Amino acid sequence: MIRALFAAFLALALPAQAEIPIREVTSPGGITAWLVEDHNIPFAALEIQFKGGTSLDAPDKRGAVNLMAATLEEGAGEMDSRAFAEARDALAAKIRFNANSDSVSVSVKFLTENRDQVVDLLREALVYPRFDQDAVDRVREQVLSNLRSNAKDPGTIAAETFDAMAFGDHPYGTTGDGTIETVTTLTRDDVAAAHKAALARDRVHVAASGDITAEELGLLLDRLLGDLPATGAPLPGAAPWLLSGGVTVVDFPTPQATVFFGQKGIPRDDPDFFPAFVLNEVLGGGRFTARLMTEVREKRGLTYGIGTYIVNMDHADMILGQFAASNDKVAEAIRVVKEQWGRVVSEGVTDEELAATKTYLTGSYPLRFDGNGPIARILVGMQMDGMPIDYVTTRNARVEAVTMEDIRRVAARLFRPDDLHFVVVGQPTGL
Amino acid sequence: MLGRTGAGLALALTLALPVAADVPVTTFTLDNGLDVVVIEDHRAPVVVQMIWYRVGAADEPPGHSGIAHFLEHLMFKGTEKVAPNAFSGIVEAQGGDDNAFTSWDYTAYFQRISADRLELVMEMEADRMRNLRLTEEDVATERQVILEERSQRTDSNPSALLIEQMRAAQFQNSPYGIPVIGWRHEMEALSREDALSYYERFYAPNNATLIVAGDVTPDRVRALAERHYGPLEPSAGIAPRLRPQEPPQLAERRIVLADERVSEPYVFRTYLAPERDPGDQKTAAALTVLAELLGGNGQTSVLARALQFDRKVAVYSSAFYDGTTIDDATFGLAVVPVPGVSLEAVEAELDRVLAEFLEQGPDPAALERIRTQVRAGEIYARDSVENLAHRYGQGLSVGLTVADIDGWDEALGEVTEADVMAAARLVLDRRNAVTGWLTRPEAKQEATP
Repeated sequence: MIRALFAAFLALALPAQAEIPIREVTSPGGITAWLVEDHNIPFAALEIQFKGGTSLDAPDKRGAVNLMAATLEEGAGEMDSRAFAEARDALAAKIRFNANSDSVSVSVKFLTENRDQVVDLLREALVYPRFDQDAVDRVREQVLSNLRSNAKDPGTIAAETFDAMAFGDHPYGTTGDGTIETVTTLTRDDVAAAHKAALARDRVHVAASGDITAEELGLLLDRLLGDLPATGAPLPGAAPWLLSGGVTVVDFPTPQATVFFGQKGIPRDDPDFFPAFVLNEVLGGGRFTARLMTEVREKRGLTYGIGTYIVNMDHADMILGQFAASNDKVAEAIRVVKEQWGRVVSEGVTDEELAATKTYLTGSYPLRFDGNGPIARILVGMQMDGMPIDYVTTRNARVEAVTMEDIRRVAARLFRPDDLHFVVVGQPTGL
Repeated sequence: MLGRTGAGLALALTLALPVAADVPVTTFTLDNGLDVVVIEDHRAPVVVQMIWYRVGAADEPPGHSGIAHFLEHLMFKGTEKVAPNAFSGIVEAQGGDDNAFTSWDYTAYFQRISADRLELVMEMEADRMRNLRLTEEDVATERQVILEERSQRTDSNPSALLIEQMRAAQFQNSPYGIPVIGWRHEMEALSREDALSYYERFYAPNNATLIVAGDVTPDRVRALAERHYGPLEPSAGIAPRLRPQEPPQLAERRIVLADERVSEPYVFRTYLAPERDPGDQKTAAALTVLAELLGGNGQTSVLARALQFDRKVAVYSSAFYDGTTIDDATFGLAVVPVPGVSLEAVEAELDRVLAEFLEQGPDPAALERIRTQVRAGEIYARDSVENLAHRYGQGLSVGLTVADIDGWDEALGEVTEADVMAAARLVLDRRNAVTGWLTRPEAKQEATP
């Protein structure tokens, strides 16, 4: 395999430690945030996330939280849409609002030299958004345009078909963007109600990284978030899992079929989570050496890429995967995926695979923390997932601790080829 | 730009960020011609190695489209020292990530890894610069992969097909009209010999730039580069990249692509436009600012204000320009009409707005905001050493100098209203453009309300 020249390096395979000094900051008003101070570059990245997200929508108001988040930048306080954008750009601040199934997020970058002005501007958008009727209508048209595009996008069709079959009437069963029908009928009042429901202090998590001190961050938190309502709408309950093994074909005129597949997963706080995470990386990680990439792409040339993911949402846990393959090859690709899924149960993994995967996971972890933007995003994600503040320093040890016995146990318990459901969008032959 | 995996961007829609003056950048050249750039960032114990070959899809022999990108895939197959398909595995087992991408003007390979493993990836990258081994079986299987890649990226995507057709119409003599992925019938015939002859001629130290960015010192990079890249023989086959040039375009060209998979019809237009040239990037800077003024912002840009806010005929509009190319570039516009407004009507509105802009010029306050953002961009850009590495690699691979790359932010900041208007008058002429309509087959054009 590897000749002597490179073998010398394998002995060095001790992962670099992530030396990220994270501290918790509590504002005078009682809002907490995680901070990594770094004064090398005169700017800071700030990430704010509110739990709940589009899953707070009532069924007949589906899409309200998404439309609200997309309209936050369209005017606030005394400023209409244009004035707000001009003020933001004159300060060279970067502000992005987004909504997904479990959260509404605010990503901000601001220069140190005008931080206070950016905070004042952002506060207007978060606390006093205008939701002017013409802005709501204009953004609604953009959402509707996206919905129409998605209706003809094989990847979106596959994911949405899968979600509908897996989650039924739970909010996870439909897209948080809403439907043509619901979005068309949403009113300005619905958008304002979604704002009250989603942006509240009882569900907010904050992280900052860069040129800002703990004291400055504390004052910023109160200024920015202190006037938001104390409580928001109740969060949804656990999602059911209604999907059993099989193949669902959605007819779509395209030479290449898009496939979305998965089965039930494992909660983050399960003692077997790390073994499952490592095993998934061996089987379906995005790396070129993962088994599915090797078997489906490198050996057989059936696809350009394939990957599987342990997915933990707030109310559901899954193992999901996706790939695309020509209509005449997709049946073979599915057969190979199921076979490999079964092989990790029947044969386990090799010592070499386990060792190489652990060095990859532990060695690549510090590479994620490569800048203020990424650090702030990771830190807020950890809080949203309920992790302790020392997680960064303990995470690699948990990967290292995974044994072959753990892998065997979690393979038998979790990976079930007969439970895999494949949604195929295209015109496959032989399925 | 095509990568080995992951999403490729068909369009560069954002303003190219300038390089910060105070980023520590060191350059030197090895005796065998390898150019080396070191960008220091000691915030994290991480390093990025990139090797950029000054060869891309526009340098392919006629009839062999896709060979540049196909070779990029095949570069992971192995050498005498690295077993077949083991390259990525060795990097990953050290906790690193690796990948590659191909454009018309360059082909690049990179690894991100803990800074103490730099020598490993340098040794491996140097090794495969001259010692690639390919079997017929490797080539046959990987050819299936690139055909699936073409299906996924292009044939399954009507927008990608329209853009491919429009480039073919825009560039009638320049090889920029040929897709990087290749035309399918030519991809199907690409052989091991095609790949190896291209490899042997173009993959050499005197046709490459090495970028090492992150927690390293120039002295260490120099020592390692001399040890591993230094012994490699240069290629005798490297010549100036004098490709067939595009003649002046004299007549408007129009493309209509109808596809039943289209949900949102739109108008897309590209104008032939000048690129950045060594020592002369003033026009390119003005075009970059022009794109930002016309369509860079969903609330304040000229097209958004006129088409989305005032006339309410468009759902979305944008303008884009990337002049970091060797030969002629394009300046692009896109407009998605609201339902009920035809492509013909929205295109007429677009032309009306452009004509007004050519008469009235930009809002000085808008130009000033762009200057502010350019200055701030210098600061934000320092947060990603990988992006900085990309900027130097791309610039040097298209023939720009370090001074050009370092001076780009200044060039953007110095753009005046008169510069913008001169650039606009130079480029925004339909005789110089390809206009594409993406529609549904049954599309009945409705009257404008």
